[in-house]
This record gives sequence, C-alpha cells and structure tokens, in this order.
Amino acid sequence: MSDIAANATGAAPRKDRVETPFQRFVSEFAESRIAVLGLIVFSLIAFIAIFAPWLSPQNPYDLAQLDIMDGRMEPGTVGGAGFTFWLGTDDQGRDMLSGIMYGLRISLTVGAGSALIACIFGASLGLLAAYAGGRTDSVIMRVVDLQLSFPSILVALMILAFLGKGIMNVVIALVIVEWAYYARTVRGTALVERRREYIEAAQCLALPMRRILFRHLLPNCLPPLIVVATMQVARAIALEATLSFLGLGVPITEPSLGLLIANGYEYMLSGKYWISFYPGIALLITIVSINLVGDQLRDVLNPRLKK
Amino acid sequence: MAVPTLEVRNLRTHFFTRAGVVKAVDDVSFTVGRGKVLGLVGESGSGKSVTGFSIIGLVDPPGRVVGGQILFQGRDLARISEEEMRDLRGNRIAMIFQDPMMTLNPVLRVDTQMIETVLAHKKVSKEEARQRARDALGMVGIPSPDERLKSYPHQFSGGMRQRVAIAIALLHEPDLIVADEPTTALDVTIQGQILAEVQKLAATTGTSLIWITHDLSVVAGLADDIAVMYAGRIVEKGDVSDVLDTPLHPYTSGLIGSVPSRNRRGEPLRQIPGMTPSLLNLVPGCAFRSRCPRAAGACLAEPEIRELIPGREVRCFHPMNEAPEQAA
Amino acid sequence: MSDALTAPRATLDAGAPMVELRGISRRFEKKLDFAGKIARRLGAPVREEIVHAVDNVDLTIRKGEVVGLVGESGCGKSTLGRMVAGILPPSDGTILRDGIDVLRLSSAEAREINLRTQMIFQDPYASLNPRMRVSDIIGEAPLVHGLVTRAGYDAYVDEQMRRAGLDPGFKRRYPHQFSGGQRQRIGIARALAVKPDFIVCDEAVAALDVSIQAQILNLFMRLRTELDLTYLFISHDLGVVEHLSDRVVIMYLGRVVEEAPSETAFARPNHPYTQSLLASVPRIEGRKRAFSVVMGEIPSPLNPPPGCHFHPRCPHAMERCKTEKPELKEVAPGQRSACHLNDGAW
Repeated sequence: MSDIAANATGAAPRKDRVETPFQRFVSEFAESRIAVLGLIVFSLIAFIAIFAPWLSPQNPYDLAQLDIMDGRMEPGTVGGAGFTFWLGTDDQGRDMLSGIMYGLRISLTVGAGSALIACIFGASLGLLAAYAGGRTDSVIMRVVDLQLSFPSILVALMILAFLGKGIMNVVIALVIVEWAYYARTVRGTALVERRREYIEAAQCLALPMRRILFRHLLPNCLPPLIVVATMQVARAIALEATLSFLGLGVPITEPSLGLLIANGYEYMLSGKYWISFYPGIALLITIVSINLVGDQLRDVLNPRLKK
Repeated sequence: MAVPTLEVRNLRTHFFTRAGVVKAVDDVSFTVGRGKVLGLVGESGSGKSVTGFSIIGLVDPPGRVVGGQILFQGRDLARISEEEMRDLRGNRIAMIFQDPMMTLNPVLRVDTQMIETVLAHKKVSKEEARQRARDALGMVGIPSPDERLKSYPHQFSGGMRQRVAIAIALLHEPDLIVADEPTTALDVTIQGQILAEVQKLAATTGTSLIWITHDLSVVAGLADDIAVMYAGRIVEKGDVSDVLDTPLHPYTSGLIGSVPSRNRRGEPLRQIPGMTPSLLNLVPGCAFRSRCPRAAGACLAEPEIRELIPGREVRCFHPMNEAPEQAA
Repeated sequence: MSDALTAPRATLDAGAPMVELRGISRRFEKKLDFAGKIARRLGAPVREEIVHAVDNVDLTIRKGEVVGLVGESGCGKSTLGRMVAGILPPSDGTILRDGIDVLRLSSAEAREINLRTQMIFQDPYASLNPRMRVSDIIGEAPLVHGLVTRAGYDAYVDEQMRRAGLDPGFKRRYPHQFSGGQRQRIGIARALAVKPDFIVCDEAVAALDVSIQAQILNLFMRLRTELDLTYLFISHDLGVVEHLSDRVVIMYLGRVVEEAPSETAFARPNHPYTQSLLASVPRIEGRKRAFSVVMGEIPSPLNPPPGCHFHPRCPHAMERCKTEKPELKEVAPGQRSACHLNDGAW
C-alpha cells in the first residue's frame, strides 16, 4: 500500500529508535542543571546515610567509644582516640560528623518510609473516591478536607502525645498527617483522566473494568503523584525534625537531625555553635536538594506545559 | 505609486532549540497593498503563524527574526526598538488570534480592557474612550453594546468573544491587521457571520488584512491575493482567483484537489501522499520533492521563487500549466 | 477469556436495519449538593440544571450505509454517537442492534454486541494511552477477548497495522513518536482489530491537516468496501459529509431537524436551519462573495428556546413556532424535516 511507504519516509519525527516515555522523561529532566545538581547532592546524602556505619569515623551511640573528656571540642581538634573531630563534638563527646551521618539515616528512613506508606494508602483511597463517585467520594473527600484543615504539627503532636515516643510512632503520626495530600492529588487527576478519550476507547473495546482501572487509569495518574511524593518526603523530614526538636519524636538512643539540633540548642549562645549548626546545615541541604528535584519533576511531568 | 502598507522581503525566522535549528520561516516575501486582503495559507508546520508573529514582533525565544526586512509603510519593523514596536502594536498594527482569550483578560470587564487599550495610545477622556469602545462593538455587530461593555469575557459565547477581540483590534483604526486562524475554532454559522463583518470592514475602512488559515475556501471568499506556504517557504503567490483556478505549484494543486467538494461523490479523494517533513530534518532540495508527482532529478536542488507570469510567482522546477483536473 | 465471537452472529442482509434508535434522549443533570438544597429551602433562586443534550431522537442506520450526522456546538451529535457506541447510557429510549434490544441484555451479552460497534475519536493525542506501546494498544483487546492467541499475536498486530497504512516495524514505539495522522491510523487499527461491523467516527478527521484528512477519508472508504463496514460519520464539516455519506441527518440543540439522502439534502434542503447552514459554508469556488449570514447566536443547551429551537434565528418564523415543537415529517421520498412551514403543503 502506497500509504505505508509514504508514511514511512516521513515516519516518527524523532530519532530512529524506540523512545520509551521514561527515556523521554529523563532527557527532559536533565534540561535543568540545577535540578541535576540537586539530584546528585541528594544521591550523595542518601549514600552517606545508607553507608554511615562504614563511613563514619565513630559510632556515636556506642557508649564504649565515647570519652566525655572529648566533650564540646571545637571543629578540627584531635580527640583522645587519635582521629580528628572535623565538625567538633557535642557535650557527650560524640563526633558531630558521625552523629550527622547516623542522624541522616534516621531522618531519611522516617521521612521516606512514612511518605511511601502514606502514598500507598492515600493514593488507593483517592483512586477509589474518583472511580466510585457518589457517596463514597463525598465521604472520603470530607475526611480529607477535615484532615487538611488542621495544621500538621498539631495533629502530629496530638498523636504522639497519645502514642508516646518512638520511631514507629513517629512514622504512624506522619502517615496519618500526610495521606490526605496523596488522596486529594490522585482523586483530582483520576477524575480528569477518567473522561479522556483513551479511557472511552478502552470502554468501547469492552475491556474489563479492573483492567481499565489498573492498566490504563492508574499509570496515567502517576505523574502528579510522583511530584507530590517527592515534596512530601522533604516535608516529612522537616516535620520529623520539628517533632524531635520539641522532644516528642525519636528517642535519644536513635537521634535524628532534629534531635541533634535540639541537643545543641542550649549551647548556641555560649559560643559552641557547631553542636546545632552543622546538623542544621545537613538538614537544610537535604531538604533543599529534594525540593530542587521536586520542582523540576513538577515542570517535566506537568502535561499542560508540554508541547 | 503609493507605498504598500506592508512589504516583507526575504524574512527568516529561526528557532534555536536543543534539538537543532528550526527554520520556521525561510525566505518569505510578499506585499500587501492598502485596503487589500492577503490570504496566507498552509498546513501545520508551514510557518504561516510564525510569519504573522514575526511581523508583529511577538516571536518568543528560542526563536528570533534572523534576516530580511519587514517594511511597514516603508519602515523596517525588524530593525526598530521594542519601545517603538509597542507604540505601533495595537495602534497601527493589530493582531487577532485563534483563541480570543489570548486577547481578552478573563478577570477584567470588557469596558475596562477596551478603555485601557484606547488610552494606551491616545490621550482622551475616559468617557470618550468608552464611546469609542461602544462604536467598535457596534462595528462588529454586537447588539446592545452598552450592556455588553459591562460584562466579563466568560459571559460571552465563543463567537462573541472573537468579535470583541476584533473590535479591540479596530479601536485605533489600524493600517494593518494580522489575523491568525480567527474563525477556525468557531461554528460554521458563526464563522459566516464574522467573515461577513470582516469583509464589510475591509471594504469600508481601507485596513490591510493578512488572513492566516489552512482553509482555502475561506480565503477564496475573502482575499484578494493568496500566498501558499510549505515548510517555511512560500511556494506560490498571486491573485486568489488565478491561483485557485489554475494553480501552478503541485502542492497548491494537491491541496485544492483534496477538498471534498472538488471530487466526485463516492470516488476516492485526490490525496497528497506522505506527510509534511519535520523542519528539523529537512532534506536538501525542494522540500515537497518526496510527495510530488512531478518530482524529477532537477528537484534535488533548491528552487528559487520566480515570477512565471506577471503577478504569479512559483517556487518550482516543474510548475503546472494546466488546470488541476487535467494534472496527473 | 470470553468466547464472545464463537457465538453465532446474525448476518444481516445489506439494507436491513442494523442500528435503530427509538425515542433516545440523554439528559445531563447537575444535582444540587447539600449546600444547594439548603439554599433552596431558604428561598434562594437555585435550580437543578438540566441539559437536554439529546431530545427524543429516532434514527435508523442500515447495513452498508454511511450516515452523516452534522450539526454545530450543542447539537448533541457527539452525545448521540457515544450512546450508539454503547459507552454512554441513554436517559430514555430503546436501542436495537440487529433487531435486539441492547439495553435489556445482561452485561455479558451486551458486551459482545457492543464490541461489534467501535469508535474513532477526534483527538489523536488524547485517544491513545501514552504509556502503552502501539502493539499493545492494538493487540490488547483482541487478546483479552480471545480473538487471537499469544502465538498469533504478532502476526495479527502486523496485519492490522498494515491495513491501516502503518509500517509494522514501528509497533514497539509509543504514541508520542507519531504524527497526528499516524496516531489516527493507530486508532483505526485498534478499532478494526476487534472485527467490528459498525464504526462511529466522531469528528475523526477534524484535527488533521487537509492533506492528511484526504488520506484518512480515503482509508475509511476503502475499508468500507474491503470489510463491509457500516458507518455513522459525525462531523461539522459539510463538505466531507457530502462526499462520504449516503444519508445525512442534521441536528440542532438536541433534536433532529432534517434527514435525507445526501444528494437531496445538499441540493434541496428543506429545513431553514439546513438551508442557512449550507449557505454559510464557504466554498472554494466562491470569490469575493458577500458571505450570507444567519442571525443570532447558537442558544445555550441549558436554556433552549421553547417550541421550535430554531425560531429566534429563523427568517420564516411564525407565531406557532414559538410554542409548538415541530415533528419530523416526510416531505419528499426519503426526506424528513421538522418544520411547521411544511404543514401547509400537506
């Protein structure tokens, strides 16, 4: 058929190979240098967090390794054991650098972990609300609205006051605070995508409802979800830091960055700034790098900005 | 001989993208006389809209005008400053877009916007500006203009909005209006109304009009002259009746031939095989070569545009001389 | 896997009614929410808004026919098309497919019948799932419905692509790598892959360039003869409809105003709306002509004029037209029109 030959000559306007949506996404993401920088920084932070036990000069929670004589040393001093405290020590003699590395572990685990659980939970509810419609939709959305009208800190504090301290409790509190964002985002996208013509085509082809929902609808609701999830991870980390700073978060035996900041707070005015300052910087860099990645993700994945 | 309202000479507008240079407009020349209507015709990717934007100076980066002259009443728009251009825009040269919401601000009332437009270029009282706005609305056939002035754009239907956009374009009685597919998105009966209004206005006010469209039938009824664009270049130019009755370029002939009303019922439509080339991957030689039934070895070189008959210009090595029905 | 297509299918003779719509209506209601109900109780002038997108339409499509459905914004043609295709349930009325009342069937039986009606959509960019490869887009439904086995899958997809004018070498690509015209071909291949006998084309070429339009329209015509297809061709482009259709149905604000064989409709239109519609269409032959004009705006479907919907814009409107809805009556062999002006002649 002449049509094929004719169409083949002009074929796909791009390169002559299959370009998956993912490859396209990666090349579009890479257009922003600052986002790529953010991604590199965050990868570095994640790497440090994962390999902290092997990277850090000292295990700050092994009491046997601490010497209180090393307490409150300035950055750069050499301690009793022979290695340099690059970022100084806290009042217990813990190396700040090691403390930050371990602290990152906790912060990232709690932050990412709670975001993931909240995402699965919230997205499922959002999808259900959009698909079922009617009363189910109304009920779920009213709960979401209710949830979102309270300041997150307040809700988290109330939950932790009820449950007590501990990492699992913090995760639970964060999940309860966060799920509503995911639900609302997914519901909004699903409502729009549900009306699109490729879904109508799938209905016309008499495909089973479940297949349409999971094979056609859900994958196309992912982009805004990914953006929200990224921003929420940053938010969760910040929230956990706040809770720990206030003393209601993680226990002292497993301090996150927030707790480290709290520990050093009393020394801020007496000149021993490093005990709060460096954990604070670490927290800042973590959150900013995640936000930079999230910003670019939002721009790349926003269908309206395409074409 | 009077200076023509607009004379475009060898205009080139290129887009410098990451993927390469897109020569959206590549050596385009035409003239529009006072009170004349030029139909600029082409499909998507032909460069017709970019030509319009280039004239009015609204080409956004990564694109820019890289060569040629845009002589508006003798003055080269490609060389003047942005401030001088702003002085002309909306005043002596106006533009109408396909989507009227590109002209209208959804959060302002119509009278606010129109008065603002008047006052931007003329120092008159608000009352007089309002009167001008009312007159302009009347000119485009909007009933009860006083009431309509107090409305917001969303309270109008699509056709009405487009009329308001046209009225805004007319507020300062410009010498040139560039219209980019203004009726494409409208219903047939509404399009008919607007075309009738525009025809009347063109006849009475002496404004020159460039009507950019893909619809040959609209151009047939409205324009004096027609320029057909393909892959960033003009491939045929001339009086509208001459071109439509006896097209010289195979592309023009193909376009005319594929209009359903030109074909006998039930028979396959005459079609142009293939697709418009990607402007990123233009092959050397005539851009239409791969789709042309008359292509031959000579077409590997780039054809220049030549005046074949007085008043008729074609960019082709093998122009057609006979009527389309007799062609291959 | 359903054994949908092993069940014996009624084979119709050419010319027998394939799809019959009787008294089909579709309303869209915006129900008042809780706050609205309270407001109404308190006396605020709040109403439930009802749009009569399709108002009591009768339509018969015979096997082998191409029926063109034309109208402007708000006429209900797209809604009607979706009801015919089975993706939108009607508010009232009956749909008969090969003589069987579709709305009374169980969902499994209805599915089998609805599979035989396929739809080609307007927007080539939105009608394909951007996250699926072309081969999956085309092959998914046949696989799910048992039309093809895993073994024969590739060959089947290749065949569908070739038939729609696409190179099977591109089947692993994603939609965004194709142009608008090619995507429309993918949509056609997808529809044909489930072996339909009836296709609803909803403005299938409106978003395409003129030169590509001609290619796709020719493809439709060729497939019609090759596969013995019946079409409902929805379009606002009268030139295209005139070329393609055997019969034309003209709608205005949810109602059918005229129905006639293609030649008759375009040569001797009866209804004033049809006449003004035809007069408004620009023709390539018309030079510097004065465009003739229909007065007024198209009313909003939320608030259609009483009586005959067209009366505010009709040059021949009478008193009767403002209150009484005209019925579709036969005015010439095969031509029906809903206009009070015709009553005098009979």
